[in-house]
Amino acid sequence: MSPILEVRDLKKVFKNFTAVDRLSFTVEEGDFFSILGPSGCGKTTMLRMIAGFLEPTEGEIYIRGKKMAGIPPNRRPVNMVFQNLALFPMMNVEHNVAFGLEQRGVPRSEIKKRVDDMLERVGLAGYNAKKVTQLSGGQRQRVAIARSLVLEPSILLLDEPLGALDRKLREHMKIELKLLQKEIGTTFIYITHDQSEALVMSNKVAVMNHGDFEQIDTPQNLYKNPRTAFVAGFVGETNRFELAQSGHGTLRTRSGWKLAKEDAQEGMHWLFIRPESVILLPDPRMENLNRFHVTIKTILFDGANTKISGIIEGSGDEILIHLPQNAKFAEIREGDRVEAAVHPRDLRCYPKEGS
Amino acid sequence: MSSRHFRLGFIIFLTPVLLWLLTLIVIPHIDLLIASFQAENDQGKLVFSQENYRNFFTDSVYWYTFVRTAFYSILVTVITFLLTFPLAFYITKIASKRLGGFLSMLLLLPFWVGELVSIYGWMILLRESGVINYILLGVGLLHKPVPLLYNDFSMVLGLVYMSMLFMVVPLISALESLDDSLIEAASDLGASKFTIFTRIVIPYAAPGITSGAIVVFMLVLGDYLSPNLLGGKNSLWFTEQIYNEFIASFNWNQGAAFGFLLLLLSSAIVWLGLRMSRQRLDKAVGA
Amino acid sequence: MIRSMPRSLGYRIGYAIFVILFYLFLFAPLIVISVLAFNDSQFVSLPWNGFTLDWFFADGPDRVGLFHDPELLHSLWISVETGLIVAALSLVVGTMGAFLFVQERFCCKEPLYFLAIAPLVIPGVILGISILLTATLVGDWIEKTTGIDLEFLRPSFWLVILGQFSFIATFVLLVVISRLKKFDHTLEEAAMDLGANRWTVIRRITIPFLMPALVGSFVVAFLMSFGNFNTTLFLVGSDATLPIELYTQIRDGSTPVLNAVSFLLIVFTSGMALLYLLLSKKE
Repeated sequence: MSPILEVRDLKKVFKNFTAVDRLSFTVEEGDFFSILGPSGCGKTTMLRMIAGFLEPTEGEIYIRGKKMAGIPPNRRPVNMVFQNLALFPMMNVEHNVAFGLEQRGVPRSEIKKRVDDMLERVGLAGYNAKKVTQLSGGQRQRVAIARSLVLEPSILLLDEPLGALDRKLREHMKIELKLLQKEIGTTFIYITHDQSEALVMSNKVAVMNHGDFEQIDTPQNLYKNPRTAFVAGFVGETNRFELAQSGHGTLRTRSGWKLAKEDAQEGMHWLFIRPESVILLPDPRMENLNRFHVTIKTILFDGANTKISGIIEGSGDEILIHLPQNAKFAEIREGDRVEAAVHPRDLRCYPKEGS
Repeated sequence: MSSRHFRLGFIIFLTPVLLWLLTLIVIPHIDLLIASFQAENDQGKLVFSQENYRNFFTDSVYWYTFVRTAFYSILVTVITFLLTFPLAFYITKIASKRLGGFLSMLLLLPFWVGELVSIYGWMILLRESGVINYILLGVGLLHKPVPLLYNDFSMVLGLVYMSMLFMVVPLISALESLDDSLIEAASDLGASKFTIFTRIVIPYAAPGITSGAIVVFMLVLGDYLSPNLLGGKNSLWFTEQIYNEFIASFNWNQGAAFGFLLLLLSSAIVWLGLRMSRQRLDKAVGA
Repeated sequence: MIRSMPRSLGYRIGYAIFVILFYLFLFAPLIVISVLAFNDSQFVSLPWNGFTLDWFFADGPDRVGLFHDPELLHSLWISVETGLIVAALSLVVGTMGAFLFVQERFCCKEPLYFLAIAPLVIPGVILGISILLTATLVGDWIEKTTGIDLEFLRPSFWLVILGQFSFIATFVLLVVISRLKKFDHTLEEAAMDLGANRWTVIRRITIPFLMPALVGSFVVAFLMSFGNFNTTLFLVGSDATLPIELYTQIRDGSTPVLNAVSFLLIVFTSGMALLYLLLSKKE
């Protein structure tokens, strides 16, 4: 079966700035596909080209094998959920959701039925006559999604719709969106700069930087096997060290910290170590570990996510270490000197960017 | 801060405001109403009378002028809207921010210069020996000059010209707050340009349209210069009747009655506009 | 159809033509006036006979320029005086009203506020005749009872000022109110907390905050007074303001001197408007 979306050599240049640089990728039917990247990386430009609000400078977009060039937004089989939701303030919930169906000339009786169905699916049954200004943030979100989904688009495009919500609601909506997508099975393309949104909801994530995709992968792989330094640094929390030397089974940071890694390649520039890869108070019997001592500077208590910031003995580098909240570590205090270790396979090295 | 001290400050602030509103707004309008119900009897004394209003309703010239003024005021309001709405849309939604800012700044200039100067400019342009005729003769489109001045066309033109600013400013501020993404969303949901205008843009701008319309209607209704200078002898504008009674015939009581009728008409339209758009007066006039 | 969406070529060209025509319409009268103010011809019309400054500076006997026309100069001076007095008066009373309506609670506030903004929707002609009626009534009564004829209650310089003030104060009121509403009262509280008394707070905190609105509304008030015709027409005495003088002369027939006056007005008001815009930009 052909992919639902195929993008070939897509390029967009604004005046003297390349927002999207020769991108090619495909999205399969039913995917929850996220594009993750910092602001200004070109992800919004990408989305707006798929929606039809921007004409690509070069390249082609195919939806279900059909070329999209020259087709205006109002005739594409995709719909968009806007960052600020763009609910029509002069219409109530029902008229907002019915708007697209009316444009297609669907008969009144059917519109009513489909709108009611849709509202029920997003958990807003009976909200028909409410003004959109009377709704809570989460409800507005659902109206915006219902308004697009009722048109049964091939692809639903979502432009950081959770950005405006407060933290608690955002956590809740993440789960809700994922479940909704699973239930209805529509392909979602979701753009965000929040890695947790992308990791939690999607089954495929593309990490975007400077108009290009650094890696397209499952959330698990992205986290465990980041292919580039940018991905390693952008997805998940991490410690970063600049390397002075690599190869012949050893790594040495600029500050003079020496680590053993059998398969170390030459010419690496960055070393990344995730906070949870550092083992505190390692079992003395364990072998093949890079052992070192740290002096604990501060404890950053955050429940299950508590970390300590310590100074590595010898090199003076600062390092973040995950601190599990169990009895073994209950005695650790600020100022203590403790032993720590990291397994060579958890040392991830990358060459200098752009080389 | 003692409360006595506080009350004193309050009274110092309140007195001039009360004086302003009572002596210059309330009392004069009561006077206007009283004067409109007075007429000289046979001995030349002022007595209560409905004669002034009777004159208005029985003399067809007054009636005709009144209705004509109201009709043309509505027409001018509509034309002004049709002319300025696309411009306001261009400035807020199409032009770049800088160009839009520049264009809206230019809009203000004729207003600051004043109605009289602009009208004078139109007189120079439109009259038989005027610039437009000179150019049209020059390029051979005309063989003899056409009178463009002193007719209803030139009067409406002048009225539209001086009203545009008062329409375009509320339109611009209404459209400025219209988020582009609403238009994009409507388009994304399949709406045509026409539908977007009728279902999204116009309903959204409705409060701005009403406030603009209210102010323009009121100004046109009470205007004197355009009908007088551009409309010529036959302009038959109701403010001219008022002027005639006050300055030419020196029949102030008749003039007061006319004035009061004009005030009633303009207040009725303002009230209706506010009701229709469910706005408060202060919001509608741009506060 | 908007800048963030693709637009067809026809739509763009059509719109550009419309906008150009609109601005041509808007500026045609002003341009024609300005150009003909420098035309070396007795008549205010084309053809172009060459450049001259006679209509500004000529001192007779054939041509009398604007700066040697005592009536025009006098009315210009009257208008400036009127404008300054009206603007100052409106600024004081309008600002007081703004404080009253924003910061105080008192009985009948709502109806009083309604009255204060009503002048905006009363045609200027009506304001003119109603004030004329009342002033005459009061003047007659005073003359009858005391024998004193109070000049300012007859159509005169001061009556014009009262008439213009009656509605220009409303504009100042609205401008200052909208600025005052944006005022963060914790600033006042902070100042008091730091030991300032009420008067110091007003002088050091509130007034500086209002300054742009005060200066801006003074400029607007001056320009409104300067250009007013409808209300002034009924209240003017022997001291004609510039618009009244211009009106009389235009009605009697145009001369290039009128173009010269208008040209100066265009330049002067553009300057004032620019000043106002710069001030409001800062805000």
